[in-house]
Amino acid sequence: MSASPLVSAFRSSLSEAWANGAGLLLPLGFFAGTAILVPFTLGPEADLLSRVGPGILWLALALSSMVTLERVFQADLQDGALDLWLLDSGSISMVAAIKTLTHWLVSGFPLVLLTPLLGYGLGVPAAKMGPAMLGYAMGGLVFFLWGGVAAALSASVARAGLLIALLALPLYVPALIFGVQMVEAGFDSPSFLFLCATMLFALGVAPAAMGAALRLAAE
Amino acid sequence: MNDAVLLRGSDLGAIRGERVLYRGVCVSAAAGDLILLRGANGSGKTTLLRQLAGLSEPQSGTVERPAPHHWIGHTNGLKAYETPRSHLTHWARVWGSEASISEILSEIGLSRPADVPCRLLSAGQKRRTALARLKLEPRRVWLLDEPFNALDTDGQVQLTAMIESHRAAGGAVLAALHGTAPIDATREITL
Repeated sequence: MSASPLVSAFRSSLSEAWANGAGLLLPLGFFAGTAILVPFTLGPEADLLSRVGPGILWLALALSSMVTLERVFQADLQDGALDLWLLDSGSISMVAAIKTLTHWLVSGFPLVLLTPLLGYGLGVPAAKMGPAMLGYAMGGLVFFLWGGVAAALSASVARAGLLIALLALPLYVPALIFGVQMVEAGFDSPSFLFLCATMLFALGVAPAAMGAALRLAAE
Repeated sequence: MNDAVLLRGSDLGAIRGERVLYRGVCVSAAAGDLILLRGANGSGKTTLLRQLAGLSEPQSGTVERPAPHHWIGHTNGLKAYETPRSHLTHWARVWGSEASISEILSEIGLSRPADVPCRLLSAGQKRRTALARLKLEPRRVWLLDEPFNALDTDGQVQLTAMIESHRAAGGAVLAALHGTAPIDATREITL
């Protein structure tokens, strides 16, 4: 297949994200909101906060990745665009992967950029900030890919938010475990390599799963 | 022009829940054919068309598609934020088509609302935008689901002319239709 369907998929996902401007800010607000509220629930001890801070940001990242996923494929199914993608794009898996990656770029990557600010607020040591940001970028990609699979599986279900959470959360766990450890242990740790492996696995498997799920949804 | 079969479905069947929608349906379209799928609401016209298009797997039978086809579903495939121009530009890019978008828009009567977002367009204008995709790229088989829906008299005349010229150029059209057909068919299949 040629690259033009993929470039067009990327461009249309970008303009879709741009058109849903407010929806785009939702994960960002969710992420920042969680990180800001947690200190109030845990109390003001700086030690405790700097210890749990990275973990809380992981949690916020995992949950906020799911906030907007519901509509990624559902809108395409309802307005008939999915039919056209299925028939004419050559590979629905690649198109779905591009859509999910664009989604990550637009509403996941800004969370990574926000990390230093929120991490500073939680008292995360500066030395951990580098591993944390890379970890969030990679982990976020894993979350969005598996979340995309869940969204594709539940595309034909009305109000699929809960179903997406049920399907995707167990798949988030490995990236979450290795990600949290990697922030503690830095780049020289096996956890970092395991996080890389988790990401590569998701990159390899999730697109095919999304493609199959979307074919099924269109039936 | 040859008489080769452009699309053939043999012995197609569909099951919806516990009910057999239809079985043993055979469809074959050659150059110049206009085949109308008729039937009451819920009789499976759309299902048959989707099976022919390859969007859903037939529960029985096989479909051969020797020629590329266009699909216009009953949903138009438009996004609320897209304009007719951006929609056509987008799919032209996906298909690698070099057709002139402005020309197509004026042919289909959408020059004026070409840059208006689809959420502000009328149902007929959205339908015209979807039908304009047929002009982006010549493909020999057109699969149309209720193509005349929402079109005004002028739009119906235009679509009829499009279908006629497509047939004259050696294409085939399969359309699901209820109500009276504003066009003479080669064959009707009643489900």
